[in-house]
Amino acid sequence: MGKTLYQKVWDAHAVGTLADGRTQLFIGTHLIHEVTSPQAFGMLRDLNLPVKYPHRTFATIDHIVPTINQDAPADPLAAEMMDALRKNADDFGITYFDLASGKQGIVHVVGPEQGITQPGTTIACGDSHTATHGAFGAIAFGIGTTQVRDVLATQTMAMAPLKVRRIEVNGKLRPGVYAKDVTLHIIRLLGAKGGIGFAYEYAGSTFENFSMEERMTVCNMAIEGGARCGYVNPDEKTFEFLKGRPYAPDEDEWDAAVERWKSFASDTDATYDDVVVIDAADIEPTVTWGISPDQGIAIGETIPDPAQADNEADRKSFQEALEYMQIPGGTPIKGVRIDVAFIGSCTNGRLSDFREAAKFLQGRKVADGIQAIAVPGSQITAIQCENEGLDKIFEEAGFEWRAAGCSMCLAMNPDKLVGDQLCASSSNRNFKGRQGSPTGRTVLMSPVMVAAAAVTGAIADAREVFDVDPAAA
Amino acid sequence: MALEPITSVQGTAVHVPGDDIDTDRIIPARYLKCVTFDDLAGTHFYDVRFDTDGRPTGHPLDDPRFAGASIMLSGSNFGCGSSREHAPQAIYRSGFRAIIAESFAEIFFGNSTTLGMPCVCAGREDIQTLAAAIEADSSVPLTIDLESLTVTRGDLRVPITIADSARHSLSAGRWDPIQELLDNNDAIESTARALPYV
Repeated sequence: MGKTLYQKVWDAHAVGTLADGRTQLFIGTHLIHEVTSPQAFGMLRDLNLPVKYPHRTFATIDHIVPTINQDAPADPLAAEMMDALRKNADDFGITYFDLASGKQGIVHVVGPEQGITQPGTTIACGDSHTATHGAFGAIAFGIGTTQVRDVLATQTMAMAPLKVRRIEVNGKLRPGVYAKDVTLHIIRLLGAKGGIGFAYEYAGSTFENFSMEERMTVCNMAIEGGARCGYVNPDEKTFEFLKGRPYAPDEDEWDAAVERWKSFASDTDATYDDVVVIDAADIEPTVTWGISPDQGIAIGETIPDPAQADNEADRKSFQEALEYMQIPGGTPIKGVRIDVAFIGSCTNGRLSDFREAAKFLQGRKVADGIQAIAVPGSQITAIQCENEGLDKIFEEAGFEWRAAGCSMCLAMNPDKLVGDQLCASSSNRNFKGRQGSPTGRTVLMSPVMVAAAAVTGAIADAREVFDVDPAAA
Repeated sequence: MALEPITSVQGTAVHVPGDDIDTDRIIPARYLKCVTFDDLAGTHFYDVRFDTDGRPTGHPLDDPRFAGASIMLSGSNFGCGSSREHAPQAIYRSGFRAIIAESFAEIFFGNSTTLGMPCVCAGREDIQTLAAAIEADSSVPLTIDLESLTVTRGDLRVPITIADSARHSLSAGRWDPIQELLDNNDAIESTARALPYV
């Protein structure tokens, strides 16, 4: 009987079984950032433990970095975290892509960019969006800080195996529909807790046709559907993306590496704990209307009316969400006024995201009174965009072109919503207060939909705003 | 590391109603600007406990009837979202020793277990029953028994579940696995040798 990639990677990295029945799993690649690692280094020092394999941990700084004057945080707490990461990397001999390296960025953008993210590997990071790296056929997941300590000290952690759900999306996406819409659609369909206990294997012709960046966008939000990791089986696109990158195998090791990587792909006769099949043609540009990522609707739909809810629990949660969002149930989402437009984050802060949005922003202007910011996911992404003149297109349209970091996705840096501002955001979470104001409101969508909202000043159907024929082949 | 075995938790309780309570709500991101967990007590649920002017909103966590509660009750998918261990740390450091909910997000569950704070699941109706009992009289303690897998409060008794591995590690005093992981050093090194990329 065949095996899934998940099972193969798990088996290759299983060190043994612990007394409580969990597996001691080897973590081949460990990524760290400034928010969830300093306490772990403190624990190591308390226990007087060294880092077991310092060359298998890579650090960068992203959450607290200001996107204007990157290296000069006015906030003393941010400066202290920055100093702590520098010291910890130095003391323990860990590679650190710092602000001066030219390679700094959001950890989930940096890993693939450097070729550190590779198929058939296990990747852990104290960050729930680590699933992003699953786009390369890695088993990648977020961990807590005590587990960061465990991985630093032993390169292993305790974990129980997950079940595997294959989510197959087949066919061609319609014009104006993007990877972000696919992931929001899946979360809407299966729910924010639908993936608990599962790894998601994303498959089908839609994923085969996706670029690596599109695959990353979908895997990134596995956790929003409750799944701790999501992955796509590695293929020629994966190998092509990695070839020549700084940490990818050298020329003389390349063929052997590719052979090994291919061997990890799920067997055609693999069995799954669950299978979900979706037709790509059924996916519309999708936006959230509430305070959980599974509260999503197609742009042409109306916001659910609590009075029409199937049960009492839904009615209550719809009501809570709509009260917070200050939008009435039973009305269209299209036309809801926005205050801020944000393109960036580990979900949608890569070159192709900015290219696609710029394509439509060229010659257009951000609506009066809207603050619009574009934040590349890494210093390298920023340069790639600038080399293509994308920064100028954004700026001419009225966007601020910022330096690399997590920015307004999570409000640990100066980029925050104010009061009850409503943000059209290409990020991944619409939780209450997520973007830095306890009453701030978030509507998740694709970068092109953010661009459409920015130029109209309201949630809009990008296909209408930008004259994209939804029926075009 | 010898740890205290945790086979039961006893204490008064408070109900924090709602499903999908995320870790941003449990601890707003601004409190993550720290290099230790030492000062997180009281930051739990801050932005729902206080309005933007810092005035208490009358949240159950600040209701004097539930002061000193060490068990939290909530809905489904508790602790979803960010992996921040700051969330369970803030709850623990604010005096809580166990959480009863309909279900938990996985990373939160693992983080809490590693802290020695059991997260046990109960049915929706049973949680409502417990919540109503607590509302009626907050002074009666609850006992979470990880051996019989029940929560009792006076004559009230409801079944609970918890992953076998967590139940085992808590009751064996091995909820922080670091020593066991370190002890397997030879197996770690042989696994590493078999992985060409390491």
